[in-house]
Amino acid sequence: MSRYVKPYGDTLDDGKVQLSFTLPMDWSEAADEAARRLVVAMGFGDVTVAEGRSIASGFSFFVVYASTPASVDLAALAAPAARVAKLTMEQIDALIRESVRRKIRVAGACIGTDAHTVGIDAILNMKGYRGDYGLERYKEFETFNLGSQVSIERLVEFVKEERIDAILVSQVVTQKGSDVQNFTALGELLEAEGLRDRVLLIAGGPRMTNLLANELGYDAGFGRGTLPSEVAAFIATRFAERQTVRQ
Amino acid sequence: MQLRIDPGRVAGARRLAATIVDPVEAFIETHSTVAVERAALRLLGMNGAAEDGVPHANRFVDDLPSEVLAQGAVRAVGALVAETGHSPATLAERGLLPSSVACGAVPEAAARAVLKPYVAEALNRIDARRAERAALLARLPQLPPPLLYVIVASGDIYEDRTAAVAAAEAGAQIIAVIRSTGQSLLDFVPEGATTEGFGGTYATQANFAIMREALDTVSERLGRYVMLTNYASGLCMPEIAALAALERLDMLLNDSMYGILFRDINMKRTFVDQHFSRMLNARSGIVINTGEDNYLTTADAVEQAPAVLASQFINEEFAHRAGLPDAQIGLGDAYEIDPDLEDGFLYAVAQAQLARQLFPDAPLKYMPPTKHMTGDIFKGHLIDALFNLTSVMTKQTIHLCGMPTEAIHTPFLGDRALSLENARYVMTTARHFGDEIEFKPGGIVERRAQEVLRESHELLERVAERGLMASIETGFFADVRRSPNGGRGFDGVFERDACYWNPFEDALSP
Repeated sequence: MSRYVKPYGDTLDDGKVQLSFTLPMDWSEAADEAARRLVVAMGFGDVTVAEGRSIASGFSFFVVYASTPASVDLAALAAPAARVAKLTMEQIDALIRESVRRKIRVAGACIGTDAHTVGIDAILNMKGYRGDYGLERYKEFETFNLGSQVSIERLVEFVKEERIDAILVSQVVTQKGSDVQNFTALGELLEAEGLRDRVLLIAGGPRMTNLLANELGYDAGFGRGTLPSEVAAFIATRFAERQTVRQ
Repeated sequence: MQLRIDPGRVAGARRLAATIVDPVEAFIETHSTVAVERAALRLLGMNGAAEDGVPHANRFVDDLPSEVLAQGAVRAVGALVAETGHSPATLAERGLLPSSVACGAVPEAAARAVLKPYVAEALNRIDARRAERAALLARLPQLPPPLLYVIVASGDIYEDRTAAVAAAEAGAQIIAVIRSTGQSLLDFVPEGATTEGFGGTYATQANFAIMREALDTVSERLGRYVMLTNYASGLCMPEIAALAALERLDMLLNDSMYGILFRDINMKRTFVDQHFSRMLNARSGIVINTGEDNYLTTADAVEQAPAVLASQFINEEFAHRAGLPDAQIGLGDAYEIDPDLEDGFLYAVAQAQLARQLFPDAPLKYMPPTKHMTGDIFKGHLIDALFNLTSVMTKQTIHLCGMPTEAIHTPFLGDRALSLENARYVMTTARHFGDEIEFKPGGIVERRAQEVLRESHELLERVAERGLMASIETGFFADVRRSPNGGRGFDGVFERDACYWNPFEDALSP
């Protein structure tokens, strides 16, 4: 059954959106008009340039309100999050103990030249994030935080040597597609080394979505605001399922 | 607006910092690194790179047998210059390498004498650049602090130049060109103007010059001097300090422990490199910015506050040992407290005011919120406003403007303009707020400041007892453990021969 939605301003289906952008031109009334026409050309109607001003010589900034005629059919959407049933730390430990019957070995790293470890630290460090303990705190995970700027070759070597079950890789810097290149290269190297099927490969970062991760051939992707227990539950559940299949 | 703090405890913390730094300085005095040697060669004029991109300074140092290197690379240059009659620059360009010189064939006195004019020329050039800055600042005075500092980071130096000029027009007083991610781990300084980088733009001498020229032009137009900043950190700390001195950068990020903890660079390498780079910074009038903000982005800001203060004391002591006066020591801190924490703003004010009182002559560097910034640009803009208020209230000197789009992308041109407007609005409307209020004696802010000082003192005591290198090995700072002989760049550290010679060290030593 179709269910269409549009942006909501103050009336259902008014389609109101706010936009702000910079144009590489000095401000004048003509610049306001250029901004308006630009937004009309984007397909919006009812365009109001609420603010237009100079922010430097040769540059002006605009705030624009407009209505979009577009809508989206919720019934046709498929963007499944990598969420499994919510479990507590104790439940996750119990699940691993009972179904996997050994500790799950997890390695985390910021790959390529990325030095931003905030995300991987939040998931792995004992302390965790927002009162949700990190994987180091779990009894049934053996965790290895390799830190920042880890080359994919070193990571794959480590996975092989330490018999890692689940790999968490994080990328914060997303300029010019560097994250996608690194994520892809890691997947390919694991494949080449014959390790891909053996491990759970999980991507993280503020711009990551599960949809993108699946497109990159990863088992799951976790974006901003992810709690450690969500990642832990995913890993535990997947390994419990694998165990069940084998039996 | 003064907090009551125990002066005895402050003096005690400084004594502890001296105790902590003493043995490290003893190590520094007896060691050098390939990066220090390369910096000296660059000062002698051996800049540029061969066609394969390998800088002349790297090739020269790498080519020296270790027993020759232990006497200092400059000595080998002196021998070659004496033997061939070429300048150091010509030697480098012609690819004349030390392997062709029989070491010891040239008497030491002759090697020293022949380099004298080159050493003098390098120091003169540094001094001239410093005098140039002083004259510009006198003629084109800056607006009062907090000095608004923004970053440009497109990866393309020419786009960065456009962004920097626009930011200056929008009120920025300091422009930092963020380096390409990963440059800190390169054991050489890339060459030439660059247009491709990730998350930033390569620090090269050519890029420094391009940016300097653009900022000088806009400074004249605006009638106020706009400063330029880069990073003397990572494996090429001393070389970047040398190039920055030659190209008249005004500030450099330079921390005594940052690379060790957050980039896994060997601690011995870092300690030796930071000392030489700071001596150069002292001579060139460059203000260093230390990196205490990093303690807060990787761990809880409330818990880590004592570590920030302890690191400030240690950075101050290392800086003094390298001859940096207080006016060139931009100690760092950041506004990183969880926005959901009740009275978090009060804690931030306590920490910022404490630093202001303990380091009254230091141009404190205040860093914006990053850890708790999300994709919600509206909330981010609001958090930045409170950061701006804290900064102006507590009279911070160097103010890195927070971006509403932090955590989304490297700043757009429009993001920078919005951020600067935010800072200008808050700092104008609340300019003298800090002069008009008093802290409640024994209130939340004062008690918090006293607690941070007490815990910081305790931390310094533990570090002094154990030794700095062993403390880092144990994970006393930022919960990170690093071993004295581990990490990147350790193979570039060497013990000095008894007749080690570095004329720049002789000239720069305080």
